[in-house]
Amino acid sequence: MSDQPSNPMRDAIQEAIDENPVILFMKGNPDAPACGFSARTVAILQSIGARFAAVDILPDPRIRQELSAISNWPTIPQLFVGGELIGGCDIISEMYESGELFETLGLKPADAEPEQVVATAGRPAAPLSIENRL
Amino acid sequence: MVSATPQELKERIEAGIPKSVAEVTGDGHHFNAVVSAPAFAGLNRIAQHRLVYDVFGAEVGDRIHALSIQTLIPSPTPEEAR
Repeated sequence: MSDQPSNPMRDAIQEAIDENPVILFMKGNPDAPACGFSARTVAILQSIGARFAAVDILPDPRIRQELSAISNWPTIPQLFVGGELIGGCDIISEMYESGELFETLGLKPADAEPEQVVATAGRPAAPLSIENRL
Repeated sequence: MVSATPQELKERIEAGIPKSVAEVTGDGHHFNAVVSAPAFAGLNRIAQHRLVYDVFGAEVGDRIHALSIQTLIPSPTPEEAR
């Protein structure tokens, strides 16, 4: 993870991770996941009322390439909380089943409600399209 | 590019992670691995899964399209616990 002289894509991804308390990099978007693992992860987050930003990695292969270089994690989806990689579908599922996910996301089980996914602020000019439906 | 088999993945995981035991199922593209290894002790889940992913490097997401992982820490045998 050395400092490249100019890597706008990597910078944009790192910024998105830093600026969004909960951000999911996925295939497709929360309304139309393009992969079963992404769909399952979105469904879990939505079922517990988590608010999260989402980035579709499919439009540009460099997104996945740079994301995996930053996170040292080969697969999609990837969930970051507070700038840290929490995991992909397997880990999120395990944490959901054990109840840890509530704590990680700063939620109480009682908060769980069928709330629609809401994204935090994105950056309009960034090369990443971040779902923003606040 | 020869497609991967569960047996191949099992052998490579067990060769790559000391004293690990792996059970792998899959259809040649999507795989599910349950891996038990003493090396996982003290690591968080991310680090545990990375140990498994690291066995395959860039093949994950490519030749191995998807690899679901469940990690377990074996309980020490009575002899090791002493």
